[in-house]
Amino acid sequence: MNNLVVTDDVEQVGGVRAEPATSPTASPSPAPKKSAKTTWRRALAKDWRLYSLLLLPIVYLVVFKYLPMAGNIIAFRRYRPGGNIFGDEWVGFHYFEMFINDPTFWRVFFNTIILGAVCLVLIFPLPIVLALMLNELRSAKFKRIAQSISYLPHFMSVVIVAGLVLQLVSTRGTINQIIDAFGGTPIDFIQKPEWFRPIFVSSEIWQTVGWGTILYLAALTTIDPQLYEAARIDGANRWKQTWHVTLPGIAPTIVVLLILNIGSFLNVSFEKVLLLYNPLNLETADILSTYLYRVGIGSGSFSYATAVGLFEALIGLALVLGANFISKRVTGASLW
Amino acid sequence: MSTPADRSVAKLFKPKKQGGIKDSRAYTVFRVVNAVVIIGLCFVTLYPFLNVIAVAFSSQGYINAGQVNIIPRGFNTTTFVQVMSDPMFWRNYGNTILYTSVATAISMVLTTMFAYALSKKHLKGRAVFIGIAVFTMFFSGGIIPNYVLINSLGWRNSILAIVVPNAISIFNLLVMKSFFENFPEELEEAASIDGLTTYGILLRIVLPLSKAVLATMVLFYAVTFWNSWFSAVLYMSKPDLYPVTVYLRNLLMASSQPQDSDEGLQIAANVKAVTMLLTVLPIVCLYPFLQKYFVSGVMLGSVKA
Repeated sequence: MNNLVVTDDVEQVGGVRAEPATSPTASPSPAPKKSAKTTWRRALAKDWRLYSLLLLPIVYLVVFKYLPMAGNIIAFRRYRPGGNIFGDEWVGFHYFEMFINDPTFWRVFFNTIILGAVCLVLIFPLPIVLALMLNELRSAKFKRIAQSISYLPHFMSVVIVAGLVLQLVSTRGTINQIIDAFGGTPIDFIQKPEWFRPIFVSSEIWQTVGWGTILYLAALTTIDPQLYEAARIDGANRWKQTWHVTLPGIAPTIVVLLILNIGSFLNVSFEKVLLLYNPLNLETADILSTYLYRVGIGSGSFSYATAVGLFEALIGLALVLGANFISKRVTGASLW
Repeated sequence: MSTPADRSVAKLFKPKKQGGIKDSRAYTVFRVVNAVVIIGLCFVTLYPFLNVIAVAFSSQGYINAGQVNIIPRGFNTTTFVQVMSDPMFWRNYGNTILYTSVATAISMVLTTMFAYALSKKHLKGRAVFIGIAVFTMFFSGGIIPNYVLINSLGWRNSILAIVVPNAISIFNLLVMKSFFENFPEELEEAASIDGLTTYGILLRIVLPLSKAVLATMVLFYAVTFWNSWFSAVLYMSKPDLYPVTVYLRNLLMASSQPQDSDEGLQIAANVKAVTMLLTVLPIVCLYPFLQKYFVSGVMLGSVKA
């Protein structure tokens, strides 16, 4: 959620734009006008200190981000612990066939889709609603306090969140106290597969919605107050102002966040599931990443788990690209 | 929390004139309902924290009877003494402090270098460098290849496995980059005329004037590393090396996983609550400072949709 970054630089990814790197102001040297582009040699000679700053971060990216991407190749090779990190021999799509024929894989796959989709559909609109509600508060102080409180859960470790959840839903916890007060029988929520999704989704709402408003509130401040005035003169009441001025004003932010959310909807908060699942709720709680963690690191089937992970990552990438493409076509807004 | 809120509710009843047009009755009703709903949401957000505080100070008998909500019953502080007298807790707490400070330092150095270089619009190849950084937000190697990599580097049971692989957060990088892009160019030009090199400009002009964004980034990184637990579970096999989050996780797991639920492993709810409180304490203390910076920090990096 916290990765909405839409700067003009992202648009340059992949070199779609023709060489914006050399603006005319860049070369104060009396370079002949015949060539607008600086050569690499000249750029290096002039900016070698800047390039030297890039050195370590690029090495970091290559080793810790791109090498693991290349490491996905062990999904196609047989890997033996302690052997070559890219695996020892080619096995083609063997591991992919393995998981496609694995009933556990399909259960896990559908769990992931259901959990991701429920989170997307339920959680995505809530920050917008909350931001609009906060925006209607007249007292700046009240608004600030409400925001501070709503951001707080975002800064909690997932271990703490899991602890709070386990405490609230325990047989002696608040939820069961309420059930008890209404004369019901206490439920051991965390051990019941049918309760895992509600518990997980509500804890996600609790943790993410407040923080999610931050970008919408920022977008709201950029709406021209004259638009509201004009709407009022035209006789629009507050609701109509919201519908015709506020929402169109934050629509680009909504679209961008929606693309990002669609792209990451399979990345259900893996660490939280890992902390909340147990053998009794496994039926609904097990998701792709916990499954690959279990078979990979738990049982040492590295190649098989990598194949599952690669499959998941490719779906995620395809979803981002697809959502971005559709959004560009339909609304004109896009990440790049 | 309720006192200033109550005052605001009173204020909400006063109709305010908007450009000469008085609020309609429906809108006034809406505003009151809205304020009440927000107060309710604030309570719901705070409730789990209030509950954990109450449990931490309550006696086991009342907790087992399910009678503790936000007011401690059977007030006691013996659990605090009990948790704090566990040497392993303090060792793990110390590990967390160590990992967090080292990791934050490494992250800050790398992110600042990267962000500063990328903020120079004339830099040839800038778009490509930004591209390869941003791509990692959308596609990553996954758990297993990372695990294999760290193991083959021989970083198992080493602090490096925790502080290096997550050193640069691309989000933080982009926030910092856009801050540097808005830095007044004239200042840097003047410094360069006075004979400062790029390094000198960065260290002596830009960084001293970027304290707000540096503070934001330090806090963001520190909170992330303080909260992290999973890399320690993956790469640390000795309990001596765990951060306190893993200590806490092991407490939680010991009784929530049914296969382990022998009587001996049932850990009292107030022990868990006390450990949670102590783990979260530094973040809660930092929160007011965090707060001061992050809104502007996040907005800097993001609003341009």
